[in-house]
Amino acid sequence: MEFFHKVSHFRFMEKRRLWYAFSALIIIGSIVAVMVRGLNFGIDFTGGVVIEAGYSAAADLDATRDALTAAGLGSAQVQTFGTADDVLVRLPPAEGQEAMTLTQRATDAIKSVDPGVEIRRTEAIGPQVGKELAEKGATALLMTLLFIGIYVIMRFQWKFSVGATLAALHDPFVVVGFFAVTQMTFDLSVLSAILAVIGYSLNDTVVVFDRVRERLLSMRKAKPIEVMDTAINETLSRTIMTSGTTLIVVLSLLLLGGEALTGFATALAVGIVVGTYSSIYVAGAAALDLGLSQRDLMPPEKKEEADALP
Amino acid sequence: MHQYPLWKSMIVVAVLLISIVLALPNVFGETAALQMSRKDRAAFTSAATGEFEQLLEREGIAYEDAYADADGRMWIRFGDVEKQLEARDAIQKAYEGQFAVATTFASRAPLWLTRLGLKPMSLGLDLRGGIYLVYEVDVEGAVSQLTQVLERDLRKVMRDARIPYDEIAAAGPQLRLTLKDPARAAEAKAAISKFDPQLSVQDGDLPGQVVAVLTPDQIRQRQDFAIQQNITALNNRVNALGVAEPVIQRQGLNRIAVQLPGIQDAAEVVRMLGKVATLEFRLVDTVNSPAEAQRTGRAPLGTRLYKDRQGGPVLLKRDVIATGEQLIDASSTLAQGEPAVDVVLDGRGGEEMLRTTRENLGKPMAVVFIEKEREQVERDGKKIVVDRSSEEVISVATIRGVFSNRFQITGLTVAEGQELAKLLRAGALAAPLYIVEQRLIGPSLGRDNIERGFRALSIGMLITFVFMVLYYRVFGIVADTILVANVVLITALLSLFGAALTLPGIAGIVLTVGMAVDANILIYERIREELRNGTSPWAAIQGGFDHALSAIIDANVTTLIAAVMLFAFGTGPIRGFAVVLFLGILTSLFTALMGSRALIQVIYGRRRRIERLAI
Repeated sequence: MEFFHKVSHFRFMEKRRLWYAFSALIIIGSIVAVMVRGLNFGIDFTGGVVIEAGYSAAADLDATRDALTAAGLGSAQVQTFGTADDVLVRLPPAEGQEAMTLTQRATDAIKSVDPGVEIRRTEAIGPQVGKELAEKGATALLMTLLFIGIYVIMRFQWKFSVGATLAALHDPFVVVGFFAVTQMTFDLSVLSAILAVIGYSLNDTVVVFDRVRERLLSMRKAKPIEVMDTAINETLSRTIMTSGTTLIVVLSLLLLGGEALTGFATALAVGIVVGTYSSIYVAGAAALDLGLSQRDLMPPEKKEEADALP
Repeated sequence: MHQYPLWKSMIVVAVLLISIVLALPNVFGETAALQMSRKDRAAFTSAATGEFEQLLEREGIAYEDAYADADGRMWIRFGDVEKQLEARDAIQKAYEGQFAVATTFASRAPLWLTRLGLKPMSLGLDLRGGIYLVYEVDVEGAVSQLTQVLERDLRKVMRDARIPYDEIAAAGPQLRLTLKDPARAAEAKAAISKFDPQLSVQDGDLPGQVVAVLTPDQIRQRQDFAIQQNITALNNRVNALGVAEPVIQRQGLNRIAVQLPGIQDAAEVVRMLGKVATLEFRLVDTVNSPAEAQRTGRAPLGTRLYKDRQGGPVLLKRDVIATGEQLIDASSTLAQGEPAVDVVLDGRGGEEMLRTTRENLGKPMAVVFIEKEREQVERDGKKIVVDRSSEEVISVATIRGVFSNRFQITGLTVAEGQELAKLLRAGALAAPLYIVEQRLIGPSLGRDNIERGFRALSIGMLITFVFMVLYYRVFGIVADTILVANVVLITALLSLFGAALTLPGIAGIVLTVGMAVDANILIYERIREELRNGTSPWAAIQGGFDHALSAIIDANVTTLIAAVMLFAFGTGPIRGFAVVLFLGILTSLFTALMGSRALIQVIYGRRRRIERLAI
């Protein structure tokens, strides 16, 4: 079985202006969504209390809410989680020790509704810890972009690097925008998925660029746009296969991995789709418009030799 | 040309065989077990197994086996949880208070694997259930404790030097002295520097004002002391809780993270870990016989009967010289080449010590370590909580000179010195501790997480397998074999390093499976291209591997960078994801570049000529 028995000849780069507009639109959309709707941050970042309780039958949300209000916890959010039997209670952040006491009070209130209820999980995070986790996460994000940028600059010519970095920036924007639009909980695991997405998206870009570099040397007479199209077409079958298999496993995580992995798997799934698109239409197109040509790889012999070394 | 060097194939085979052995303990699963350690911290020997076996047989409780491990803990494995709980109660009843008994799970792996030191992957809290606590140590409070003590000391220094002052006030890491006579500032500065050469002493803003500031080194030392002290104290209390495999570690500058697998009652744990320990310095009674007092059970007037760490009787005077609240520092050092413990008391403790040592030169003095612990015991068929205050003489030393707040305890081995310093610190006035993060994962959620995680992994892998075989035929089978080897390798590495598998970690394995195929796909697509260009099959295989190399390396380095950053900045379960991602990339590089090449050699290598490749 093969998707393309002969190498395909799609002219990807011809309509790149259109795709630029498309990318710009979704990036602006993401920014607007984050500004208008904001992200629904998990307690990892905001601090606060989360309690997951499992009832033996469908949970009575109103009774739970009433019990919490009676315990002086009227600000609690109560919702089902995964199945109708499971309830998730969220309390807003409180200072230090307070959060721990709140957990106990809320747990007692939930148990008063139905003594047989099973407390499946409680998390209480002080606001200071949340702030620090958010700072650490942001640092991790910036450092990843920085180091990957440095690596790509070392391994490729600068026009490639700019393209790759643009693509690497593009993808987290879209994933974050997706979480702003859907208002899914944005927590630490989603952030780590975004880091993995950056790595993955660049992986894709690098494979395409590697081929572009090779073809620039072998197709000396061809126009850069033809070289780019050829390289993308030649790697297309691989791109589809890899994205496909990765997407399969990520979807199996999303559908079978349970509620705890939903955010993580969703971020990955969105990231893989966007990452595949961006390695062609953002990275490749940008490198081309920066005036990439055969001249950039002179002197070719030396360059090729250096690249053969891992 | 068609030969793949034999030594490379040998490496692949060797790595795979070693990995299979390392991963083997994971196959057997886990079974309910009890883990016991002696409260006097002595090791269990295998001789003790017989005793437990007899007890369980007497009680008619079926068990699988009992053995002592390398760390001196006793393990008993059971067929089910009910037997485990029955046995726990029986052992607690028979040996009340002697052992810390923890209910846990032990690998079902045969003993010879365990003896080789091979263990299955440990599971993170999110998969096995338990409590995760992060304490914040009030390090600023610890520093102001120190300056308050210094304040008292400086009053004495000024009195001794006969320099009149209006005020000595501690504020943060500094002390401000206002002298009555500005002309004597230089004198005052000299006296302070002589008392504590480490302090940085400067002129204040006003004439006659002297400011003594703790150096950054002193502040750091004090903060480290506060953290270490709390870690030691938490360690002692966690041991008393009877938790199997607890983790207590410093996190960043001023936090301590505590992981307690298998524990469910958060309120109880928090209360127990919050217990306070203290110390008492007392004179030893040299007139009466401790053995006699132990025999009659009555201590002579003015004395109290204590036990030392070996359980022997010691008679101490009732008067307390100093307590843990007055202890500033204790550290093990070498004094003239001999192991010793340096002890620093505050001013008040020092004065009392001075008076006592002057009057009791040549007599022995003891240090008593006091800690209140809670224990659940069964009495008359009912479970009740008993508060017991454990008091233990941790050191007896002869007073060799007159001293006040700084002295040394000698005549110890290096190990004894370190242990004594640790206990002294644990008993010092503790820097306040606050909980800033508390996570509890119920056992059923942990089980669900494992179940769902592995279901996602197996279904995802299955679909990928089918897809690869349909798409690349024989080479797809090669890729699938490689994928399985990859999972074995990751399992082996995780088991070897003792890294905990978390739910994000399982997700990491799933993701790695998806990405590991990538290297194979890059190679196979190259081979197909070479074939399309009319290259002969063997040259195509060779060319495919050679030309795909640079793309494979470049593509994986970027993900590797992301994994390293995740590890550096992540905490808890996220680190589990980072570790798996990192290891997964390395193993997939190895399996795709060397493993799959070796396997192709096995499939096609014997044929002289290949007409077609099934790709």
